[in-house]
Amino acid sequence: MSAFNAIGDDREIDRNEFTPGLEPQPTWCPGCGDFGVLKALKQALPEVGLTPEEVLTVTGIGCSGKLNSYLDTYGFHTIHGRSLPVARAAKLANDGLEVIAAGGDGDGYGIGGNHFMHTARENHDMTYIVFNNEVFGLTKGQTSPTSPKGHTSKTTPHGNAKSPIRPLSLALTSGATYIARTAAVNPNQAKEIIKEAIEHDGFAHIDFLTQCPTWNKDARQYVPYVDVQESDDYDFDVHDRQEAQEMMFETENALYEGTVLTGRYFVDERPSYQQQKKELGEMPEEPLAERYFDEDAEWERSYDLLERHK
Amino acid sequence: MSDHELIWRVAGGSGDGIDSTSQNFAKALMRSGLDVFTHRHYPSRIRGGHTYVEIRAAGHDVQSRGDGYNFLLALGDSFARNPQEEAYYGNEELKPLSENLDELREGGIIVYDSGLLSEDDIAELNLEERAEENDWHVFPIDLRAMAKEHGREVMRNTAGVGVTAALLEMDLSHIEDLMTDAMPEKILEPNLEILHDAYEMVQEDYEFEHDLRIPTGDHDEEQALLSGSNAIAYGALDSGCRFIAGYPMTPWTDVFTIMSQHLPDMGGISEQVEDEIAAAALAVGASHAGAKAMSGSSGGGFALMSEPLGLAEMTETPIVLLESMRAGPSTGMPTKPEQGDLEFTLYTSQGDSARVVFAPGTIAEAYEQTRLAFHIAYEYQIPTIIMYDQKLSGENSNIPVSFLDREPDPSLGSTLTEAELAEMPHDASGKFHRFQHDVENGVSPRSLPGQKDGRFLATGNEHTPEGHISEDADNRVAQMDRRIEKLDAIRRELDEEHESNQTYVGDESADFGIITWGSAQGAVVEATERLNDQGHSVKAVGVSDMMPFPEAELTEFIESVDQAMVVEMNATAQFRGLIQKELGRYGEKLTSLLKYNGNPFEPAEIVEGYELNVEGSDAEPTAQVRIEPAAGD
Ligand SMILES: Cc1ncc(C[n+]2csc(CCOP(=O)(O)OP(=O)(O)O)c2C)c(N)n1
Ligand code: SF4
Repeated sequence: MSAFNAIGDDREIDRNEFTPGLEPQPTWCPGCGDFGVLKALKQALPEVGLTPEEVLTVTGIGCSGKLNSYLDTYGFHTIHGRSLPVARAAKLANDGLEVIAAGGDGDGYGIGGNHFMHTARENHDMTYIVFNNEVFGLTKGQTSPTSPKGHTSKTTPHGNAKSPIRPLSLALTSGATYIARTAAVNPNQAKEIIKEAIEHDGFAHIDFLTQCPTWNKDARQYVPYVDVQESDDYDFDVHDRQEAQEMMFETENALYEGTVLTGRYFVDERPSYQQQKKELGEMPEEPLAERYFDEDAEWERSYDLLERHK
Repeated sequence: MSDHELIWRVAGGSGDGIDSTSQNFAKALMRSGLDVFTHRHYPSRIRGGHTYVEIRAAGHDVQSRGDGYNFLLALGDSFARNPQEEAYYGNEELKPLSENLDELREGGIIVYDSGLLSEDDIAELNLEERAEENDWHVFPIDLRAMAKEHGREVMRNTAGVGVTAALLEMDLSHIEDLMTDAMPEKILEPNLEILHDAYEMVQEDYEFEHDLRIPTGDHDEEQALLSGSNAIAYGALDSGCRFIAGYPMTPWTDVFTIMSQHLPDMGGISEQVEDEIAAAALAVGASHAGAKAMSGSSGGGFALMSEPLGLAEMTETPIVLLESMRAGPSTGMPTKPEQGDLEFTLYTSQGDSARVVFAPGTIAEAYEQTRLAFHIAYEYQIPTIIMYDQKLSGENSNIPVSFLDREPDPSLGSTLTEAELAEMPHDASGKFHRFQHDVENGVSPRSLPGQKDGRFLATGNEHTPEGHISEDADNRVAQMDRRIEKLDAIRRELDEEHESNQTYVGDESADFGIITWGSAQGAVVEATERLNDQGHSVKAVGVSDMMPFPEAELTEFIESVDQAMVVEMNATAQFRGLIQKELGRYGEKLTSLLKYNGNPFEPAEIVEGYELNVEGSDAEPTAQVRIEPAAGD
């Protein structure tokens, strides 16, 4: 049994356990898409059978980074762009935990872009939700890596000369094994996708479209979305890298042309980083963190290594 | 005291096997009962480029490389790439011989590979003339031919060792044993043959007119030859550290690779990640989830860690970081030591940040202070940093094997069990008070994700007792005071419950003081002993506690002398500045002796610095050091 009793607790969980109502109320602006992520998560977690203690949510900085202030799990609100390295180490140290990282598009695709690429490449077993509002929210509306070309803001008064990043394609080429896009305006789909992402063994990336009514009134995220899995117009195999890639490309173009396509784009069974490390003998079978509580654990000493120095 | 000692320098090109050869020879000397100390000089190149290792061996304790040396084995640089005269790097092939002559002592021995160096090259050096002047004994021996005869040219090393042993009248048994342990059978045979051939050839063909012989000594217990990096890595393993994340950078890479080689077999995890920001952030994440974790880097990489370092402080997540200094600014001199990152390491990261910084002075201290760093980090939930440098990292000396026979420490310090958590204060929401205001020593015990009754939010923003983001003024003051209070509590613990981390030498009543820190300690200790042997009245202290500063100890030391000289390897007297800042006075009492040319202090330079200081001469120091007068001068 785990030394951490809350891990593996399989009692029935009530959604309210994730929000007993006494934590601070969200400081997000009325109409902010971030409410949609919070709501979807609160619904998804009990449905996959997790208790608040089993879950560690790790966020970056930004409006999105406050997610875990309003969610009653174990939480780590880190620093701008660094949620992924903190999150993946927590999972390595105790893989009994369900680790969910989250942050904004500036946080995840800008300052933390390098970590995104590498966490996906390594295929860490965790879920990563990027709140994509196409703008920097908390610092008041500057252009972000997903802002459309031509976007004007206080830092780009003549319009943004850069083309937006393609987060789904980037996740795919980097090596993520579950890639989806959903939107705050579609809570049911969002909940289902979060559940799948949590249950997926590997790096699950969700590009979560969240409107920012305060700084990005023009964003096309208000228009009705299309669920590519539900629509007859889009037929592709999510397990086929080539087809998924083409579909992502189309989706990413369409967003800036006014059509919001959402759904699952890629699912792959490549073994997770944790699993591979274990197979190679580079990671212990039992969660490392539990050893410190195990009174019978044997602690080898450096003394045992001295032969070569004598 | 340094009368009968061997300082053997083996020089060649990077890639010529200088390192492994010297490691084995040092062990052989240790096994014959001698105390040894090694010093490594190498360029920032992978193959080729003049490099040497020096091994000092004596029948008494040796703590520094000493001054100069008395036996040169110049193998020649077989990877030399610019033998043309006009090349920028000069005659590389010759360098292992030509570059080393200045420091060879009178009466010293030179063995060079006449198979690799032409007579014309040698003529260029005026070797004969210089040998006569300095009473050097020169042995040109065709090591290359000897090696080729037995199959492979790379075995020139072994031939060189055989020649060395013969000239020193040293028994071959320890060398043979070590070769037998280290070499696969296929190459062992020819190597042993070369060793013996070389040995016998020298005995038969040469007359021994030199005085140098192998020193004699005896150990009363079994010894191990360890580098500073070994000592730090082993200290971490014994402290229960089972997680390391890093990104390679010289000289920190040594510890990183040692840890990586052992962790998987010891139930731990090592991660080479995308950059140093990630590396330190991983250490934070792993520790948050309940592992004893460390990371580290050198100068430039450590700069990137300043963000996660601050996060660890604010969230009170225990981590141990290593700062292995090399000469800066920027990438500076990658393979050269300096003590230039002191202020940077003490103060980097925004806000009133608080961390603990130790700077061990010897290999034994490196082990002990690493253990202390883990203890303090996990007990007080604060990042601790071990500062050292390329010198301590790469030098080897012998310590008794029993020294490392200490109990492992797998405790997570002030981390609660689930049973304890159930008894702790909680909010109505069920949140645990992870960051209580009023606690002893500033330490508010922590829970780990996954534990029952321990839920909380960790955040790098200012926060309430249960971890919620808060800009409330009273809460801010209470939390800040508590975090800062830890440093006082740590100082109290260090003063009251541990032996001092500071190292003292010399007579207590001496009226001149030398103060140094970190790896400069060995040379200072030796210089102080020498000065006292010469009839001066000098004492010295090697300081290891950089933060929290050992105020009482340093005040007492400085008060007890008329004048003190601060010795450190940087150009801006950073440690002297720290002393004056921490103690708030003594500007007029402290002078500085500074060295920053990329090489560590030698004892003679410190002796000279003392003389200039005390005798007040206007003469420029002859060595590459600088005297910085007392404030107000
Ligand atoms: C190192 C660093 N740089 C800059 C900032 C300032 N900053 C805070 S939030 C933010 C942008 C947030 O944008 P995004 O990640 O898109 O999140 P949103 O607020 O839109 O949810 C920036 C630049 C910071 N906190 N740290
Ligand atoms: S600024 Fe935008 S992203 Fe931030 S809370 Fe307001 S609406 Fe949401």
